[in-house]
Amino acid sequence: MAAKKDYQTVTQVAGPLVFVEGVGNIGYNELVEITLPSGERKKGQVLETSKGRAVIQIFGVTAGLDADKTSVRFLGETMRLKVSEDMLGRVFNGLGEPRDRGPAIIAEDRLDILGAAINPFARSPPRDFIQTGISTIDGMNTLVRGQKLPIFSGSGLPHNDIAVQIARQAKVIGTEEPFAVVFAAVGITHEEAGFFMRDFEKTGALERAVLFLNLADDPSVERIITPRLALTTAEYLAYEKDMQVLVIITDMTNYCEALREIAAARSEVPGRRGYPGYMYTDLSTIYERAGVIKGKKGTVTQFSILSMPGDDITHPIPDLTGYITEGQIVVSRDLHRKGIYPPIDVLPSLSRLMNAGIGKGKTREDHRGVADQLYACYAEGRDLRSLSAVVGEEALTDIDKTYLKIADAFEQRFITQGRYEDRGIEGTLDLGWELLSALPETELKGVKRDYIEKYGRRFRKPEEAKQERE
Amino acid sequence: MGVLEKISGPVVVAGEMRGAKMYDVVKVGEEKLIGEIIKLQGDTATIQVYEDTSGLKPGEPVENTDEPLSVELGPGLLQSIYDGIQRPLEVIMNESGSFIRRGIVTNALDRKKLWEFVPVAKPGAELEAGDLLGTVQETDVTLHKILVPKGSEGELLDLKGGKFKVTDVIGVTRGKDGKKRELRLMQRWEVRRPRPYAEKFPPDTPLVTGQRILDTFFPLAKGGTAAIPGPFGSGKTVTQQALAKWSDAQIVVYIGCGERGNEMCEVLTEFPHLEDPRTKKPLMQRTVLIANTSNMPVAAREASVYTGITIAEYYRDMGYDVALMADSTSRWAEAMREISGRLEEMPGEEGYPAYLAHRLAEFYERAGRVICLGKDKRVGSISVIGAVSPPGGDISEPVSQNTLRVTKVFWALDASLAHRRHFPAIHWLRSYSLYTGTLNDWYSKNISPEWAAMRNKAMALLQKEAELQEVVQLVGPDALPEKERAILVTTRMLREDYLQQSAFHEIDAYASVKKQNEMLKMILRFYDKAAEAIDEGVQLRRVQELPVLNSIARMKEVPEPEIPKKADAMNREMDAQFESLLKEARRSG
Repeated sequence: MAAKKDYQTVTQVAGPLVFVEGVGNIGYNELVEITLPSGERKKGQVLETSKGRAVIQIFGVTAGLDADKTSVRFLGETMRLKVSEDMLGRVFNGLGEPRDRGPAIIAEDRLDILGAAINPFARSPPRDFIQTGISTIDGMNTLVRGQKLPIFSGSGLPHNDIAVQIARQAKVIGTEEPFAVVFAAVGITHEEAGFFMRDFEKTGALERAVLFLNLADDPSVERIITPRLALTTAEYLAYEKDMQVLVIITDMTNYCEALREIAAARSEVPGRRGYPGYMYTDLSTIYERAGVIKGKKGTVTQFSILSMPGDDITHPIPDLTGYITEGQIVVSRDLHRKGIYPPIDVLPSLSRLMNAGIGKGKTREDHRGVADQLYACYAEGRDLRSLSAVVGEEALTDIDKTYLKIADAFEQRFITQGRYEDRGIEGTLDLGWELLSALPETELKGVKRDYIEKYGRRFRKPEEAKQERE
Repeated sequence: MGVLEKISGPVVVAGEMRGAKMYDVVKVGEEKLIGEIIKLQGDTATIQVYEDTSGLKPGEPVENTDEPLSVELGPGLLQSIYDGIQRPLEVIMNESGSFIRRGIVTNALDRKKLWEFVPVAKPGAELEAGDLLGTVQETDVTLHKILVPKGSEGELLDLKGGKFKVTDVIGVTRGKDGKKRELRLMQRWEVRRPRPYAEKFPPDTPLVTGQRILDTFFPLAKGGTAAIPGPFGSGKTVTQQALAKWSDAQIVVYIGCGERGNEMCEVLTEFPHLEDPRTKKPLMQRTVLIANTSNMPVAAREASVYTGITIAEYYRDMGYDVALMADSTSRWAEAMREISGRLEEMPGEEGYPAYLAHRLAEFYERAGRVICLGKDKRVGSISVIGAVSPPGGDISEPVSQNTLRVTKVFWALDASLAHRRHFPAIHWLRSYSLYTGTLNDWYSKNISPEWAAMRNKAMALLQKEAELQEVVQLVGPDALPEKERAILVTTRMLREDYLQQSAFHEIDAYASVKKQNEMLKMILRFYDKAAEAIDEGVQLRRVQELPVLNSIARMKEVPEPEIPKKADAMNREMDAQFESLLKEARRSG
């Protein structure tokens, strides 16, 4: 490798992009260090390279950059992150530098932050339950180790509360395997960042967590890097240190906005709503960095949060996300208005890997049946609600009225829980049976009869249970 | 040998490339990354690279292989799992570990494995392209026919039997031009050029899938094309996989194009353990899997669809019925869009290149039922089932629209059905099949002469239900006359007991057409009896309480061999129960 040379040949600065000429042959995606006339240093990355010319994307603001004195140095390698187990309990900024006034990390390894695609053949199907302590997730849309399950939310909804609650409560039940949380805040406000920090510190969750914070007033280009730093850390902890890692990224919408901003600065042909045509591929290089690998003990599970612009689930960001992730948890404004926390609407929510992670030996054998039955009852109840709004509740049959009641109870008791309430899976399922006990057993078509006897009977009034037996 | 000039993402530009041809494969940079020329301008070539281009520098060499992107065809394709450019994923894993590193060069077919070749053609014979040379038992269920490759026709001078590697010479022909050509078990074919056939003709046999809603209402013919558009979470992949598992094709090519890694892994782990309901052998023995997940290089995703269909054509040429599933063609179209964007081409609708419609049509046209090359006039077919992932589930977007223009079957996945956990979430009123007419003959000959009438009747009821539901929404169900409510009861049975089918239930996952016939007959018979009883003054409420309803609901769980006996028993049960209702009504009336 030739000696690293400084170039003072900046010809053009446009938005976050810097054009340099007269350079030697520069590698694509190579890391760059830029020294401003003021002596300030910034980092950047090569976006395009051709003979004697390179386009660099700067991480940070381009204010103070000039075409005259600014010097550019190419580092000859792609961006790498220093990783070590000591990162647990630490807080970093969006570029991976310590933010908590702690010492620098002594690297055990330096990893390429872009990572590489996991060979589908080397993957092992995700099959193990992660308990979040939230009934609507554990009971109805179970999270499985190695899954990527986003939360689709909207502005003004309590998705951050849900995120910290999950970060605090998530665990693998029945084993002693070390569990870690990697938290990446992308473009969130100071206030929100403060909330996360306080909550992590207060509850002791920080000890097993690594935080990367890119704030709203940090340069948006950094947002491209932050999730990748988090995932590189997660992969290291999972695949090298055998930990079960949960990665929480909030808010992916800010990430996509940054992507659009850079695409626009490069005057690329825009795709839908101005987002670049490669956004699907780009998002997949983030979301797909979750999984279980054959022969490795650790796993990476992803919980990304994104706020749907205008609550529109067909907006390109949630839409492309939904096509990559294995389901989605949808936060509902209606439920939130009713004062229900966590306002998770189970009807449009889905966990595609749920079936693999529940049942005997994982959660409980009746899990699938209870979830289906609750789902069906709640869906029926919601339909009847709109019907009764038209024809009046009196016009409904008795059984329909029962469904209405179950739907209400489902919202008030099953969905609703405290911000610090960690409900175990047994508790969740029993609560489900309790709600179902309002229906005659013949209506419970979704559950096996044996399970009704084994788990459901005890929630029925004695005389009714006796009748059923006869 | 060219020189790299510019790198920007997966598209690079190389100079000094005089002599290069469009779509030639090149090796880019010191690491020899595989790429393909997609634009030529004077001496410079624009190349799409099938691997990550990070770290590539201007000035690095570009080597032209002078050959278009091709696949290796021969014994050993079945049971293989390839990436988009036919590199075996298992070999990649052995070389680079759990993550895919760059610059791995491997052969698609195992060069060491020996195959037992049984010659059929006799030396001295005058052979045309496509004539049978001999056979190799590739798996327990598939006899791999070695055919004369195009270009090697002529007089057969020599042909040996015995154990051979795919690259060994098994025989020699002498062409009209007097040149001798060596024959091998393996041949190469460029992926973007359809393999030739003698004649294409219209399909007349259904591709039986064991999925009730498909076989009964929206059948796909062998050699036909189908599109499954649907929003995320509506069960596209589950439907595709059910088809890959249960359809009665002899060969299945499954392309996971830009989809989820975990899903692909599910397929990879599940297929080897699944049993073919017909041959009782592992399904994998008739399957080729191509997995290019969304985070794998985008150019290889673009190629994966061509790799898949070329392999499908190769088996079609042997006279097999091949089913090809592409999940999802939208990801393929997006790969085209991405590359087109990098080329700074003038965009068409929604940023897709203007040639999108043409490329889609070209791909689906490679399906069909054909008479293959060769003297014995074998008949083979490729049925193509393409999943489409329209943004927001709105099929007015270009990929869905251009796909619907060329496919004959439309299976409309519906998010609201999926939300109700009605699976397969295929909407019975919005889907269509243009093959129902041409396939009626087959159904009446092989299943029942009443098949078409029965299907139409069931469909009419379902349509009536939609009308009645509108009334119910306004005035409540009680306002309907009993007879119309009987329709609602029947259509609910049709929906829940017939159309809904669990992909995870061991018996319900697959229903033969015979079983479908019995089940549908049973429900319609119930409807007729109920209508008759209501005319006689029986209350619908009483009809709804009949225990036979429970038997009908459970009929999907009855194993195939017991169906005829069970159907008889249920018919008697139904007759008796209605009889007693009628008696009761007459007594009180």
